[in-house]
This record gives sequence, C-alpha cells and structure tokens, in this order.
Amino acid sequence: MLTRLSGGRVYDPAHGIIGQVRDLFIRDGRLVAPPGPEERIDREYDLSDRVVMAGAIDMHTHIGGGKLNIARAMLPEDHRGDPLARTDLTRASSGHAAPGTFATGYRYAEMGYTACFEPAILPVNARQAHMEMGDTPMVDKGGYVMLGSDDFLLRMIAAGEDHRRINDYVAWTLVATHCIGIKVVNPGGISAFKFNQRMLNIDERHPHYGVTPRDIVRVLSRAVHELGVPHPLHVHASNLGVPGSAESTLQTIRAAEGRPIHLTHIQFHSYGTAGDRKFSSEAARIAEVINHTAGASCDVGQILFGQTVTASGDTMAQHRNAAHASPRKSVVMDIECEAGCGVLPFRYRDKNFVNALQWAIGLEIFLLVNDPWRVFLTTDHPNGAPFTTYPHLIRLLMDRSFRNERLEQLHPDAQGMTTLKTLKREYTLHEIAILTRAGPARLLGLDDLGHLGVGARADITVYRDLRDRERMFATPEYVFKDGEVVVREGRVVAVTWGRYHVVRPAFDPDIARRLGEHFDRYHTMRAEHLRISDGEMGDFGHGAEVVTQPCRE
Amino acid sequence: MPMPPDPAPTGALRDVACPFCGLVCDDLVIDPSSQRLQVIANGCPLAVAGFGRDSEAGGATVRVAGQPATMEAAVAAAARLLCDARQPVIGGLGTDVAGARAASQLAERAGAVLDHMNSAAAMRNLLVLQDSGWITTTLSEVRNHADLVIIAGADIPRRMPRFFERCIANRETLFSGERRCEVVYLGRGPGPEGAAGTSSSTIGCDAIRLHEAFSALRALVGGRTIGATEAAGVPIARWRELAERCRAARYGVIAWMAADLDFPQADLTVQGICEFIRDLNRHTRFAGLPLGGSEGDLTADAVLLWQTGFGLRSSLAGGCPDQDVYHYSAERMVRRGETDLLLWISSFNADRTPPPTDIPTIVLGRADMTLAQEPAVFIAVGTPGVEHAGHLFRTDRVVALPLRSLRPSPLPSAAEVLAAIDAAMRELAPC
Repeated sequence: MLTRLSGGRVYDPAHGIIGQVRDLFIRDGRLVAPPGPEERIDREYDLSDRVVMAGAIDMHTHIGGGKLNIARAMLPEDHRGDPLARTDLTRASSGHAAPGTFATGYRYAEMGYTACFEPAILPVNARQAHMEMGDTPMVDKGGYVMLGSDDFLLRMIAAGEDHRRINDYVAWTLVATHCIGIKVVNPGGISAFKFNQRMLNIDERHPHYGVTPRDIVRVLSRAVHELGVPHPLHVHASNLGVPGSAESTLQTIRAAEGRPIHLTHIQFHSYGTAGDRKFSSEAARIAEVINHTAGASCDVGQILFGQTVTASGDTMAQHRNAAHASPRKSVVMDIECEAGCGVLPFRYRDKNFVNALQWAIGLEIFLLVNDPWRVFLTTDHPNGAPFTTYPHLIRLLMDRSFRNERLEQLHPDAQGMTTLKTLKREYTLHEIAILTRAGPARLLGLDDLGHLGVGARADITVYRDLRDRERMFATPEYVFKDGEVVVREGRVVAVTWGRYHVVRPAFDPDIARRLGEHFDRYHTMRAEHLRISDGEMGDFGHGAEVVTQPCRE
Repeated sequence: MPMPPDPAPTGALRDVACPFCGLVCDDLVIDPSSQRLQVIANGCPLAVAGFGRDSEAGGATVRVAGQPATMEAAVAAAARLLCDARQPVIGGLGTDVAGARAASQLAERAGAVLDHMNSAAAMRNLLVLQDSGWITTTLSEVRNHADLVIIAGADIPRRMPRFFERCIANRETLFSGERRCEVVYLGRGPGPEGAAGTSSSTIGCDAIRLHEAFSALRALVGGRTIGATEAAGVPIARWRELAERCRAARYGVIAWMAADLDFPQADLTVQGICEFIRDLNRHTRFAGLPLGGSEGDLTADAVLLWQTGFGLRSSLAGGCPDQDVYHYSAERMVRRGETDLLLWISSFNADRTPPPTDIPTIVLGRADMTLAQEPAVFIAVGTPGVEHAGHLFRTDRVVALPLRSLRPSPLPSAAEVLAAIDAAMRELAPC
C-alpha cells in the first residue's frame, strides 16, 4: 500500500525543510522515497495549503505511575467536570488535570502528538508506570527512571566506589525498568527529607551519607555519558520553587563538568530574590548560561492559569508547599528507600503576583534561549498546566500582540518585574516544529521519530494554516500514526497503542548479585522482581512493541 | 535477611510471590510436587492455607442453573443476563491486574457499577485522601528508618502475619547495625505473636474512641492547654508521655488497618491520625502506614483509577464514569434492590462469597467455593499466583509484584472469562 500526501507545506527541521511544498510517500508505516512513475499510488491526500509536520513529541509529561494515580484518587471533583463517554471506538474515561490513561492518549493524539515520555519513574514503581502507559492509547511512550535519592547509589558514592560499578548499576536500572533515560530529582534531597532535612543546597552534605547534590549530578551525568545513553541526565535541580533557585540551577549546570545535561521545568528554577517581595525573574541570566553552554538543554515547565495538580518526586519541595495547595489537600510519601512523591492540587491565578511572574518567567525563558534545539515546549504536565493547554502556549509564543494582551491582565506588580513586553520575538512554525518534534527526537536519540525523511515512522500531523495558532494546533485536520489516519478534524477515528522506547546499555551482571544481596538485607522485596520482562511489557501495552534505541559508542 | 538452611527438595520453587495478603511477600519457597502446594520456607498461616488448598475439590467447575455446562454455554448465559439487566453490578472484584482490566471493559459495555468486596474499609481511607490528604510511607522505609511505630487498633498479626518479621524485627538497617524500634499499641494489644524481640507497650482503649486519643495528642504536640483529665478512657498523663515520645522520634510511623476500624464514620478516625502526623512533621519526620490490600482491592482500585480517573465504587452506567462512595456500594445496591444482576468475582478466597440475594447472580469464583445459593451461572477461575500468572499491588500501592503460575491447571483466569463474556455481549445486539 502506497500513500501520497500531496501538496502540503512541509516543516521538517531535521532536513532543513521550512515550509516548502513537498509530496510525502508512505509505505508499510514509514516514509519512503518518491516512487518511480510506474508505481501505483493506492491512496492520496490532497494537502494543498496545509501545514505538515511530524507527529509531536512531549518529552516531559507525567502520564503514568503511582503519583498520577494518587492525584486521580484525590481529585474526583476535577474528573467530574470533564467526563469522556465511551463510543463504539473509544473507552470511557475522564480528563482535565490528572486524566485517565484513555483520555490522555486520545487527547494527545487529537492535538497531533504521537509520542510521550514520562519523566519520573521510580524503579519499584516502574511496573505500574508501564501498565499505565500501556493503557495509554494512540501514542508511543517511554520513561526516565529516577535515581539519586536511592540508598544504594548514595552508599556507592559515599564509599567512593569505582565509577564502572556505578555505571553498571545505572545500566542495570535502565534495562530492568525498561526506560530510555535517567532522571534525578532534587539530588539527594528526597533521601535527606527522610532525615528531617528541609533544604539541601548544591554543596550541602546529605545528613547521613555526607555526599552533596553536586556529587550526585556529577556522578550520574558521567554515568549516563559513559554508557552512551543518548538523552543527557534529566535534572530536576535543587530548590525547586524557592526564591533564589536560579543560583542552584547555575551551579547544577556546572556540576555536570561540561558533560551534557538537561534541566527540566527550568521555569521553576529561574527565580531571584530582588524586589519588594523578594521574588524576581532570573530568566535572562539562566537563558544566557544555557546559550553559552553547548551541552545544556532545558524544557520550560510553563505555568498557565487555572486549576491543575502538581505531582512530583520532590517530597522536600512538595511538603514545603503543602500550605499553598488549592483545594487544601496534599499527599507526601516516602517510598522504599528509593525516592518519594508529593501531590497537591494547585490553582494558578493571574491576579496573584507570584503566579503571574511565574507565567512571565517561563515565557522569558522561551524567548531568550536562542537555540530552539535546546529548549522544549512543556508545562511539566500537569504541574504547570494540563497538556491540553499546549495550543494556547504555542499561540503565546507565536503571537506577540496576543501575549502582550494577556500580560496586561496580570497582577500589575508582576508586569513591572518582567521584561516580557520588550521581547519582540515571535516563534515561527519552523521553530515550533523544532521545539515539539525535531528537538525532542534528537535529544532522546529517536532516529525514526520527529522528522519526515525517508525511513521515518509515518507519524504525521496536518494542520490548517490558521491565523489563530491556538485553534490551529488544537484541532489538526489529520493525524497519521504509522501511516494510518488515526485522527480526523481533531477526533479519534482509529485506535492504536503505540510502542515503548527503551535503551539497553551493557553492564557487568555482577551488579545484579550485589543488588540482590542489598535488597535481601534491607528491603522488603527481591531485587529480581524489579526486573520487568518483555512479555510483561507486551501484556501491559496491548501487544505494544518494545523498541530498543541504540546507545552511542 | 539471609535465607535459612536450605530444606527445599529439588523442584522447589523459589522467590514465589504470595497473593494472600497485602504484604505480597515474594520470598516464599514452595514445593509443587504434591496435589496441595506446600510452603517450605518464609510462609505464614495465610500462605499455608492459601497455597495448600485442594484445587480439585468442589463439584462441576462450570454450571448454569446448577447443572454442569460447557464454558461456551456459561459464557453465553452470562452475556445474555448482562444484556438483559437494567443496572448490573460487578462486585467482589477479587482478582489481579488483568482481571480488573477485563472487568472494567466489561462494565463499560454492560453499563455496570464496579465495587470491591473490601470497599467499605477502603472508603475510610479514600474519604481522607479526597478531603485532606496524608503523609505516608512504605514497608522498606519502616524497616530502615522507623524508630517508633504506633499501631492504631490494627490486628496486624492476623491480617499480615509477617509484618513484624519483615518491617520491625530486623536488627540491621541501612543506617545502623543495632536497630532500636519501639512499638506502641493503641487500642488493641499485640496478641501472643506480636512484636517479639522489640520494646513495646500498650495503651488500651476502644477503637471507636481512638479519635479522642489523636485529638488529645494533637493538642499536646501543639502545646495547647488541656483541661480534660482523660481521653479515650486513658489519663492525659499517659497521652502526654506518648506525645513527648512522638516529638522525640526521628522517624515515627503510625500504622492502621481500615478494615479494623469497623464503625460508623471511621474515616474521621483516620483523618485524626493523619492530621496528627501532619502536625508532627513540623518538628520531626512522621508518616502514616495505611495497611491493607487483600483480595486484590488496591489492585482493582489502581486499575480503575488509571483507566477512568475514578476508583472503586464507580459506575459506567450511561457510558461515562462516575464515582459515589456511598451510592455505588454493591452491598447496598443489592440490599436495597437497586440492581437486577450481580456478577461476583472472587479468585483468592473461597470464603468470600456473594451476599445473599434474590436477583440473578453470576459467580466467577474458586472451584472449592461453597455457595449458600446456587447462582444462575458459576464459572470456576484460577487463583492468580497459583494457577496462572498475574500482578498484584502491595499494601503501599507502589509495588506491583509479578505472580507466577505454580502448576498446570485447566481453570481459566477471571480475565479470560470476563473477556469471553465481553466478546459474547458484543455479538448480542443491541448492547
């Protein structure tokens, strides 16, 4: 079966194609070279005047795992306002801040997304995370597994173990939990909180192990680099949300000692202490450092106004912020000598000074980081806002007058604390395609996603070129997954289950014996049972294929 | 802990996960060579009983109207009943992840209400989670961090026999070779097999008055003046002593079992515990340990939550999910005549049978189940972790352990039967 998508204006940054009219050809779920004149075209879509991009990739979205299920359990009121009835095709679910997995998959696809990456998988909770992602239809998925507050690693670092052993442990964890990257959250801080430590600065020693967040970032970024894992260490830096957090962020970048590092939801880590309220934007300073540090990248974690829920591994920060929960309820949980989680509903208000400035800081980051390949479009779903706000966020980036109109509605003092109004930059479609497709695929090492070259998976989104970019990106005309139309006019018309993407670096199997002994001595389960089999992944994912992405030599 | 000297015969299965309580211990050694599985090491009374039953016991494994039937006929009869029902209820829900997924899909097609046999207890916790939240911890954290564990009215030895062995009695922790963990029993004492080898004390009071105790403790920890001389029938001086001990703990834990707080509005007792814990975290580290997770209750809840956004006691009538912790009680709906069909799933425990009712009932249960009333349709299903593989969530709702098939069995899984009924319903227009 050969399909032609003809006459669309194609945005394929990976190949330097910026809005040129091209025909695309699809066979067996992949893009193929233009056929010879003798070959029969079985299906044709006339995409004249349409904007054609690869399927979008969300590289940081909390879509599965224990903390999301806690959020769902806590928020019946949120689901009640957004029910999703079953149809002959789709399952019943409910949405908004912490949607059910079915709603998550359908709505991502309806916005033109075809791959999502869950950024905070605890090893002990990886099986649940994959069950949930397996029940998330339409999109490919993958996860980053959390290390850095687990006692096994902290003991290794404290004991000054040979780095090769640490690499073995990191590799074993990636393979056992079927993940594609390593995440560190408040390095060492989740563990320190269990010892009643309430803050942990980058050079402060862990109360029991004596190691510092800087040590942990250095060790893990080195392990990820030496193992050849394409995605750099994914770092939720120390002091999230704290006025003055920008300093921790800059120090965290330095802690990687020149190795690649990805700073996640950097908006929450770009705060200063200037002004009457001792809360200010350091976005310019952060963006400047990102601009001048070749190996550094960031996703923004933009906040948008309205009700959401924050779900994070950072128990230290979530406990600190529990009083700000709205409605006033929160869950904080210490988990298995490995990590933790904190969940609190939150309502960002445009008339609140801090929230208004957070909104502006996120946009400042977007507009001040020069290289669109090193900044990614996220709201840290659902922490800054539900992912369904992405079309609105894209409009804020692409439409300066719209942005300034919104700015004028904010808390007046916040308007005085941001340079946003002076920033003239408007994102182009080409740049949006980088932020949401080509960039994430390159950063994660996904060779056949995020672009429209020959050999790519035919995950393709087709938009009408509307002046209102919010409307345009909310309702694609077509979404193709593996070459088949799965969304038409923003509605699911066929259900697929996507794939899992993983990396499998090599390791000395002796690490499994050591972990086994450690678990038998200190834990309450066998280490062997952390390991998820390929068969289990298939069962969880409705037969989804597990794709092993290559590590670099 | 090191394994005991190896008594296992060849062919023994190691690292077996046990599905018979919420601890889901995964270190059992089982001899599968005889008709009844024998737990050779790391067992407990629940495991010995659960694994040791005779799976061949009982009558015909598939019955329609009390008569032996083929699986096809039973599935068709069940599908017909579901199609004809105006408001079916899928209750019991004693099954694994795959079974819960299949039940959810079937409920959607049938427009059914979903509830678990243990929901009454689960709701005592859920109401707190939805109203104010909590600070909690997990088993390995207790094992390593806790230096004070308060057990609030819970009969842990009976419901989770190995809890003390696995989480309290260990001498060595990640941080010390000489663990000191004090245990305080509130309400119910330790019983004969309680926390052997640990320092423990008991403050006796009725479970129904525990909320008074925690209210007094909160006031004391908050430094408020107390006029009363007693709370929950215990002199204030005793509570003052405990409050001071809590303030001095480095990592305190309060464990409760919602199933043992079996009185009206027990959610307020749970909330009292959780608010006390929240207050203590202003000074030190303290966490709750809501123990539970039998018969797959947490598993069913987790699956429904991630799929639909709502957990147990939810309805798919009308095609949209909704939750009501009061109205969608299967027990209440049966008692009040608000349902005209009950599908009951119980694959772990032969004693957990459906409530007495006059409405047609479909039972997917254990082969050795003795039913007071013959249901319209009975289909024997395997037990996850015995007759077939599966997954079960542990008490902490974090760890989902893989269960193995320990012996060949002709019995289908609940998931397979539910999927077959779903497929049969699809054939029966106009469902």
